[in-house]
Amino acid sequence: MDMTDHPAKIVQVADVVKTYQQGSVAVHALRGVSLSVEKGEFTALAGPSGSGKTTLLNIIGGLDKADAGEITVDGNRFNEMRDSDLARLRLYKIGFVFQSYNLIPVLSAVENVEYVMLLQGISRKERRDRSRAILDDVELSGKYDRRPHELSGGQQQRVAVARAIVSNPAIVLADEPTANLDSETGRGLLEMMREMNVSKSVTFIFSTHDRMVMEYARRLVRIRDGQVADDILK
Amino acid sequence: MHTALAWRNIWRNPRRTAVILAAIIIGVWAMIFLGSLMRGMAGGMVKNAIDTLTGHIQIHQKGYRSDPAIEYTMTDPEPVLSDLDAILPPGSDWAGRVRVHAMANNARHSAGVAFVGIDPETEPLVSFIGPETLIEGRYLQKDDSNAILVGKALLEKFETHLGYKLVLMAQDADREVASRAFRITGVFDAEMAAAEKGFVFVNRSAAQKMLKMGRGLSEIAIVLPDREKVPATAEILKQKLPDHYEVHTWQELLSAIAGYLEIFDGFMLLWYLIIFIAMGFGIVNTILMAVFERMREFGVLKALGMRPWWIVRGVLTESCLLLLLGMAAGNLLSLGSIFLLSHAGGIDLSAFAAGIEYSGVSRIVLPVLNRQDLVTANLVVFFLGLLISLYPAIKAARFTPVQAMTHI
Repeated sequence: MDMTDHPAKIVQVADVVKTYQQGSVAVHALRGVSLSVEKGEFTALAGPSGSGKTTLLNIIGGLDKADAGEITVDGNRFNEMRDSDLARLRLYKIGFVFQSYNLIPVLSAVENVEYVMLLQGISRKERRDRSRAILDDVELSGKYDRRPHELSGGQQQRVAVARAIVSNPAIVLADEPTANLDSETGRGLLEMMREMNVSKSVTFIFSTHDRMVMEYARRLVRIRDGQVADDILK
Repeated sequence: MHTALAWRNIWRNPRRTAVILAAIIIGVWAMIFLGSLMRGMAGGMVKNAIDTLTGHIQIHQKGYRSDPAIEYTMTDPEPVLSDLDAILPPGSDWAGRVRVHAMANNARHSAGVAFVGIDPETEPLVSFIGPETLIEGRYLQKDDSNAILVGKALLEKFETHLGYKLVLMAQDADREVASRAFRITGVFDAEMAAAEKGFVFVNRSAAQKMLKMGRGLSEIAIVLPDREKVPATAEILKQKLPDHYEVHTWQELLSAIAGYLEIFDGFMLLWYLIIFIAMGFGIVNTILMAVFERMREFGVLKALGMRPWWIVRGVLTESCLLLLLGMAAGNLLSLGSIFLLSHAGGIDLSAFAAGIEYSGVSRIVLPVLNRQDLVTANLVVFFLGLLISLYPAIKAARFTPVQAMTHI
């Protein structure tokens, strides 16, 4: 596959292989996956449990390392990067939304959103202003100071989305973002993310096995047995 | 915000935080308060020894120290005595004594004692004996020729009473056995029972007359206003006094105690380390538990772009806050305990350990707070506390985000 940097291609994955060892059994999570995602896409990686979609998402996010293949995100080749470089890339270029929200329980909604900017060294006032603005965008005005346990699942996931996009990352990776939400809340969240995708040109890549998420996606990449089975642009 | 996050994290599990704080508080208290008692015991031991007729510096006839016999009397001490005020630092006190071994007898008992002839006016300035230590009768007067002061313990041992006679026998300057009876006019109470049994005091002129010493003295005891000035003053005395005199500091006279004091700081540090080791296991265990509980969260933070070093810093900030809180409370508790015990008059150890006074330790132990001990104890807790917290902190930082997020 041609891995020449292309400004429009925000993610390029070529022939990625990942094998886990579970006891004495080798589990082939990814068997030579290749994929390109362009800026502004709203892509779903779909497949049943164990298909390798979360592994692929983790590898694109630099959370896990591939055994073979090449990964480039926003022009950064992972093969040439150290752990600290990957951490820096995640901090500035990649936003994450997790299935179980993973907010920091002792921080309020606004502080959770601020935290990434704190790590980036942004001033207190700017942090606070941007966090409040983004929370307003995800319809959480007036809930700035609530701790995660004082918010519903849907609200927590909105805070997680706000945290993921507040520092204008190149991509947002969302691992089954609606899995813990009821369908109505999940739909609201998807609409909100789609709105962010359109209005702020944020690139989203989801992993999901939820039919509703697949319907919302503008591109659907089906993963089966560690390989790309299908790639549909709607 | 890092500090605020650390502060909130430590209160996530208040019970666990209370346990770790209790461990630090008790540890700091044990270090400082019990350390102050040890310091008080050591200080009391030195004070007792100095008060028990040692003083800070003593002047003798050459040879007296190795053989404290009447032959080594300072036969003409007047020139020395008249120079002392000029040589010694302002505020110093001194007293000349006659001091020989003697046998005390009454109708029922006899015992060896130190027979001491004192100047009733100057002696209280340099040793424990004086009007304040008398519990019965009266103190010596300038013209008393028959009066003798005995200790409470000797009085009980001899089954005698105030006003009764006590016969003393000792070798005089002519190497003859001198013997005469004195009447018990006062009974003193000393810090140590050994002093009550071991010393009897008469007027210096009476002792000189009985022992045919003329105006001779056995020793001159000096107490300086500041113990730190002892070495320099002793050096000056050695240079200025004639060669047939010898000058000894209290460290030379009480070499065992001086040696003990030299290694005392080492003991204190060892004491701190032993307590810290016990406390340290608790700290590491509890922080490790807290870290493992939040492993998933560390994974999230790493996924968000937090570098391993920042995770180490976060865990260390939490330890730092716990240590500072524990140390503040531990210091307050220690200072409060020391204050209360000082005002309550100290701890009377005689009830716990009979015969403790023979080791030179006071029956009443008062805590002594030494600034250096306070600083050392706090530094040991703080820096070793942070050092051992590095282990759970590094453990938290080493997990990869995926490992950490899948950690159960």
